[in-house]
Amino acid sequence: MSKAILLVLSTLAIAPVFAQVDFSGEWAPLYHEDAPERLPGPELGDYTELPINDAARLRADSWDADRISVVEQYQCRPHGSDYSMRGLGNMRVWRDIDQATQRLVSFRTHMLAWDSERTIYMDGRAHPPEYANHTWQGFSTAVWEGNMLTITTTHLKENYMRRNGVPRSDQATVTEHWMRHGDYLTVVTVIDDPVFLTEPLVRSDNWYLDPGQHIGIFGCEHAPELPKAEGAVPNHLPGTNPFLREVSEWYGLPYEATRGGAETLYPEYRQKLNTYKAPPKCDRYCTCTTLFDCNLR
Amino acid sequence: MRCLTFAILCASCSWGQQVNVFPVQGNVSMIVGPGGNTTVQAGKEGIVVVDTQTAAAAPQVIATLRTISAAPILWVINTSVDADHMGGNEALIRLGGSTEASERARVVAHENVLDRLVKLGQARVADAASINDTYFRSPKDFLFNGEPVMVYHMPAAHTDGDSIVLFRRSDVLSVGDLFTPDRYPVIDLANGGSVQGLLDGLNKILEMAVAGKYQEGGTFVIPGHGRLCDEADVVEFRDMVTIIRDRVQDMIKKGMTLDQVKAGKPSRDYDTQYKGSQDVFVEAIYKSLSARKP
Repeated sequence: MSKAILLVLSTLAIAPVFAQVDFSGEWAPLYHEDAPERLPGPELGDYTELPINDAARLRADSWDADRISVVEQYQCRPHGSDYSMRGLGNMRVWRDIDQATQRLVSFRTHMLAWDSERTIYMDGRAHPPEYANHTWQGFSTAVWEGNMLTITTTHLKENYMRRNGVPRSDQATVTEHWMRHGDYLTVVTVIDDPVFLTEPLVRSDNWYLDPGQHIGIFGCEHAPELPKAEGAVPNHLPGTNPFLREVSEWYGLPYEATRGGAETLYPEYRQKLNTYKAPPKCDRYCTCTTLFDCNLR
Repeated sequence: MRCLTFAILCASCSWGQQVNVFPVQGNVSMIVGPGGNTTVQAGKEGIVVVDTQTAAAAPQVIATLRTISAAPILWVINTSVDADHMGGNEALIRLGGSTEASERARVVAHENVLDRLVKLGQARVADAASINDTYFRSPKDFLFNGEPVMVYHMPAAHTDGDSIVLFRRSDVLSVGDLFTPDRYPVIDLANGGSVQGLLDGLNKILEMAVAGKYQEGGTFVIPGHGRLCDEADVVEFRDMVTIIRDRVQDMIKKGMTLDQVKAGKPSRDYDTQYKGSQDVFVEAIYKSLSARKP
């Protein structure tokens, strides 16, 4: 065999078989998108930008924030892997390589929030059967589409689409598109939820590479915090939640627009807002774009 | 994720729906069939089975069971009077060490199950005859394959004869139809069920289950029907029953009739998630609450 052929073969041996981008590293979130929702947390009754159905709307209306304190099992409940990409917390990504074949088996992630760890399989394995257990992170597999990694996640536990009680069901399928641009990572998340959405929910988040980042231990221990009746589940009876109009009053938004739904996502909806007048001055989360400037006033 | 170790073994599926086995934890596996879920604990001493599905499914359940262990079935536990939980008793008993009445597999159920079956007469005579080990003091327990197996009575829940089974070393609960994660629960008023008993049972399951780190894994819960679950899944289900119960209770306090309550659709934000008849579920809650003495 000639030296030229050997050189070509050795080059092929180290070249990626498919389009490959390495996402390994320490990533810090950028909060310029949806900062008030992601940093201090969403306002009660704010369902804007969510193509939810009536069932999701009533579930959120009935949600009482006391639940995450009174019901001990909620105290240490982590984000689902879909919400983890939006929530507070930094992320580490690394690769699992099969030593025998040197093929990429999976990407793995560790999030600061609840020490959540997730495996994204790259080896073509099937998703578990429908009767398998569900987890907060779900079961993720991925394929390359050019230099974009497209991840499909199923077997998620029921959780929230927004941290004000808007639910995401355990029947949802989440598709993510990871795109790296140098030291920046853009993740577009698409949630298909036949239980609570009338059309897919699409959101994007950005991260920057932060090699000096150190992710600490999260830690959480549930304990009784309030006296409660045995088996109590705080909830608002339909039509009795007194907090639902706050967000429209604080931000000068039409109440109907805060109720969400697919129609409110599209430009044509503006025609229904002809009477809308912005408040004379900003009075709430006016400078909220980073972790350190999200003061209430 | 536990799913990494999943195995799918389909027995001869001649009746159109698959029967599969799913390893759960420790010595415990779950057989998933159209008649619901069967829990299997297998070891050197033999096999414990919780719920036997329907008589029609028995050949497939047995074939699937034999992919787990060739040992004899020495214990059968029925979690309720429902035919889809005990219809396979007769067939599975034949896999015991002996068919002699004094030596065959012990078939355990709460005494209310046998009482109900006897009242049903000829239609359920085979199921009634299969039970040879009723209990009335909860819990009933025994040690098998080196593991404490504890059977707890859950009074007046799905029915008045419900049992849940804790495999204490494997850390698995088999809870029958008290918990059905993808469908509304059946509150069988005619057989002694009640909404408060159901909630008491669900809260008892939450009390017994210990979640793993950050509310995941730990104690696994095998439902009567539906996928393998853990404590967090039971919480969602318990919350659903509690919230709808609260709404129906409020409507009763306002003097609404059953028809008015049904028309008010108090379960409408759960109807896209849970299978089964919401009207039947709401009616059972209404009648159960209306029957309670103030």
